[in-house]
Amino acid sequence: MQNVDELNAAAQAEVAASEDLDALDAVRVKYLGKKGQLTALLQQLGSLPADQKPAAGQAINLAKKALQELIKARKHLFEDAALAASLESSSLDVSLPGRGQRPGGLHPVTRTRERIETIFTGAGFDVHEGPEIEDEYHNFSALNIPDNHPARASHDTFYFPNGKLLRTHTSPVQIRAMVGQGAPVRMIAPGRVYRCDSDMTHTPMFHQVEGLVIDRGVSLANLKSVLHDFVEHFFERKATLRFRPSYFPFTEPSAEVDVLSDSGKWLEILGCGMVHPEVLKNMNVDPEIYSGYAFGMGVERLAMLRYGVEDLRLFFENDVQFLRQFK
Amino acid sequence: MKFSETWLREWVDPDLDTEALAHQLTMLGLEVDSVSPVAGAIDKVVVGEVLAVKPHPNADRLRLCEVDVGGDEPLNIVCGASNVRQGGRFPTALVGARLPDGTRIRRSKIRGEPSEGMMCSAVELGLGEDAEGIYELDASCQVGESVASVLNLEDHVIDVDLTPNRADCFNIIGIARDVAAANGLDFSEPEFDPVEPAIEEELTVSIEDQKGCPRFVGRVIRNIDTTARTPVSIQERLRRSGIRSIHPVVDITSYVMLELGQPMHGYDLDLLKDGIIVRRGAAGEKLTTLDGQEVSVDEQVLVIADGSGPVGLAGIMGGLTTAVTQKTCNIYLEAAWFAPDVIAGRSRRYSLHTDASMRFERGVDPQHQLRAMERATQLLCEIVGGEPGPIHEIVENAHLPRTGSVFLRRDRLSQLLGIELPVDEVTGLLTRLQMQVEAVDQGWKATPPSARFDIAIEVDLVEEVGRLYGYDNIPEKPLLTAAVLGRSTEHHLSVQRAGTMLVDRGYQEAITYSFADASSDTLIAGGSKGLSLSNPISSELAVMRQSLWGGLLGAVQSNIARQQTRLKLFESGIRFLPQDADILEEEVISGVAIGAAEPEHWDNPGRHIDLYDVKADIEAVLELTGARDEFGFETAVHPALHPGKTAQITRGGETVGWLGELHPRLIKEFGFTMTPVVFELAARPSLAASKPAFKDISKFPAVRRDLAVIVAQKTPVSDLESAIRKTAGETLRDLVVFDVYTGKGIENGRKSIALGLILQETSRTLNEAEVDGVMQAVVKNLSDDFGAIIRE
Repeated sequence: MQNVDELNAAAQAEVAASEDLDALDAVRVKYLGKKGQLTALLQQLGSLPADQKPAAGQAINLAKKALQELIKARKHLFEDAALAASLESSSLDVSLPGRGQRPGGLHPVTRTRERIETIFTGAGFDVHEGPEIEDEYHNFSALNIPDNHPARASHDTFYFPNGKLLRTHTSPVQIRAMVGQGAPVRMIAPGRVYRCDSDMTHTPMFHQVEGLVIDRGVSLANLKSVLHDFVEHFFERKATLRFRPSYFPFTEPSAEVDVLSDSGKWLEILGCGMVHPEVLKNMNVDPEIYSGYAFGMGVERLAMLRYGVEDLRLFFENDVQFLRQFK
Repeated sequence: MKFSETWLREWVDPDLDTEALAHQLTMLGLEVDSVSPVAGAIDKVVVGEVLAVKPHPNADRLRLCEVDVGGDEPLNIVCGASNVRQGGRFPTALVGARLPDGTRIRRSKIRGEPSEGMMCSAVELGLGEDAEGIYELDASCQVGESVASVLNLEDHVIDVDLTPNRADCFNIIGIARDVAAANGLDFSEPEFDPVEPAIEEELTVSIEDQKGCPRFVGRVIRNIDTTARTPVSIQERLRRSGIRSIHPVVDITSYVMLELGQPMHGYDLDLLKDGIIVRRGAAGEKLTTLDGQEVSVDEQVLVIADGSGPVGLAGIMGGLTTAVTQKTCNIYLEAAWFAPDVIAGRSRRYSLHTDASMRFERGVDPQHQLRAMERATQLLCEIVGGEPGPIHEIVENAHLPRTGSVFLRRDRLSQLLGIELPVDEVTGLLTRLQMQVEAVDQGWKATPPSARFDIAIEVDLVEEVGRLYGYDNIPEKPLLTAAVLGRSTEHHLSVQRAGTMLVDRGYQEAITYSFADASSDTLIAGGSKGLSLSNPISSELAVMRQSLWGGLLGAVQSNIARQQTRLKLFESGIRFLPQDADILEEEVISGVAIGAAEPEHWDNPGRHIDLYDVKADIEAVLELTGARDEFGFETAVHPALHPGKTAQITRGGETVGWLGELHPRLIKEFGFTMTPVVFELAARPSLAASKPAFKDISKFPAVRRDLAVIVAQKTPVSDLESAIRKTAGETLRDLVVFDVYTGKGIENGRKSIALGLILQETSRTLNEAEVDGVMQAVVKNLSDDFGAIIRE
């Protein structure tokens, strides 16, 4: 069976020499095809003497198998090369921008209001809303601001011909909510408020969040604690606060809260106090049983401090170059 | 309230530097707005006496002065001021002096004459904004003494922003009372020795409005020195409080007001006819106030009148006809207590916010009038001399506010502040505030001084204790309350969630004013007029918006002006809809989109946004409700929208919103060169949500059959869809519209709609016959109801 070894060697040499899949396939057909030379040897096996048949058959089969393996390996080599070449030619410039809409963004006032809401609702505060067109009673009288009170003048109220007005703060929401549900309560009232004032630092419309907690034994010490926590959560840093005695007709004692800035200046951030007993009565709450604290903050003011916006008016110009900075 | 620091320290002088004092005031609730030096640095400016004045040989308006500055020889100084006079003493800047504006004084020649210094005006010394001539000093000033020391320029102006409740601090005494209390220093309410009357004369005064003026104190002073000048020390204190020196009598009343808080008024006695009447004005009456304004008065206004009519607006401003002038020899002085509610609002009405009206509006110490009269008389006699008559007082105590004793319970105090304070400490704190305090069982009884009429109820005392103890000294204590679990509803979608969807789809949230321009708002609302404000900030912001479109389109307009070409904006907020006599406040989500459908990109065709782009955005929001099927988009007409490109958005037959291209008329009105698509959704009805309800998932294969039908152009595809859904029933799992065609091959006025029906059963595989059955039923229905022709 000299023939087998020779054929095998020749075939192996031809496999190694093949340059592409076609050439390789031609080699396969030449030796292993139906009319292939190794196939022919196998067919000729019958003509051998019976005692030689097993050895010869085994040799041919071994040679055939070895050749098949060799072709397969060579084929993989060609396929890998072809794939690599195809991949090479079909690559994308991944640096090009993606397709489709780009997301917009929430207004910084909304973003800030939502953060404030999240911080307080996490502590069990309910969110209440109320009408923007209010009456004198809810906006002023019920909040212990009688007619001719200097605080009314300072509120620069927008009026309607029928005597109604645009709420100057969101405090009336507290009156409405409390008359509806009674003590105890933990609530905040976010919303638009209006003052007839327009200059560098005032816009005729802005946003407030008022908070109210009424329960047994609520104290100024509690108020200090909640506001300190709020400021630290809102600004996401340790904060130094000071509570400065102030005056609001609806709270007593009253305070304004300043936070110490990095540059060592005190920045006013909100007003607060213990709910005035007259206001509690107007809420149908017995001031002998319950006490409460209230606070109010300007959303734009907080947004300005948080994001470094220096001009209040930018919030209402709706310049997309400004708005797009808040994603 | 602006005041001189050293003036305050005359009354109470705590061991604190200026900064610490300012901080203390702020922490007492008297917020310090600013602290500023009263003058710039002045060096080598001394008191000089003019010994001689000669004309300048080369200049008509200049004079040659010999000025004694305490040196060996008088200085020769050329001076151009008209008020320079022999014997006068003036601030004289010596050679080498530096003035606050940086000017250095040098020896010089002015028009050929040597000048060895300069006599200064108030402006040159940094003491005022305007000055006529040089600053004349008192004759008592020591020649050669430093002007900085004569004028006490080592001082600061402290500006305190007073809250409405602290009327008591609208004067030096009030602030001193608080500062003394804060530092535990001695303080006593000021008393002034009465000036003995030199004459008997009294003016007839009648009070017709006793409620408005329960106390009136007056006095005649005759024969004042018409040449007297206000001492510079008083002028300077007035200046530091922002008040200009006018006339010694006026200056002294101002001084007493600043010191004690009691506004006063001086009349020229000889110009008053037949005494004084305090009464309400009568319609038709007029008077000219000191500032030269003619004002009309009526029943609402309290006036001071004489026999000829009103001569002053009580508590606000005196009249011109009876004003004190340089010629005045005889005066009548008034110190009255006017009730805050007869003054409040009137100064606003006349735009006369005076030092007097600010104080009377907030309330003046009702017990201070006699004291103020004595103080003013004392100062007047010192400065302008004169013969005072007896003090005449008319008082109706019943109408004066009284400070009574207020009970403070110990448990209330500790409960409200959250701290326990020893009895003696509280007694001490209140006593320091000049209250009469008595520690009683369960608490304290405190009677505040008359100036503290703001203290009337228990919490007023709680605040006083807290304030003086220091809010900063109260510890923070977390509030322990019942834990309340949060709520989470699936029955309503939040406006925030809808907003987030729009943001994700490329919209930028805007916030526009709730007030709109009346004409464009009416145009958008199809003629309906919005609610007008009585006092709008401007005519463009005069009505409450009936739609958010006006504001959003305005925002689009201004962004386009800033070269933005593609805008998608939304806003959520209230629209104010007139309904009969009332106004409905309805929360809506509105949006506008204009420009390219997608951001400019290397691989997109740059198509313009159209109705279907925005409809997809709305549908995305509506999908969130889990009840998309309940909504319809129906052909309709809206005054602001293109009549052929408008959809009324409905839910269960109710209109919940609008979508459409802006009406060409409005496009023109806003000056757009592209067509905006707008929408407005009423939040409440649109965002009601359905909680998901599980349905079995089919394990059996689905079959898709496509169908093309030709129908009338006007037939809404949604009608076909509902008909198909109805006919096919449960077996129809999904239905898609995959082509809409008009044009060649389709008759005019008709269109071809290609639909894909996806059929599936949950319990078994559909067989061919069943599918055919469904399709035949659908085709029959479409042809019967819509005249549809099946397109092969």
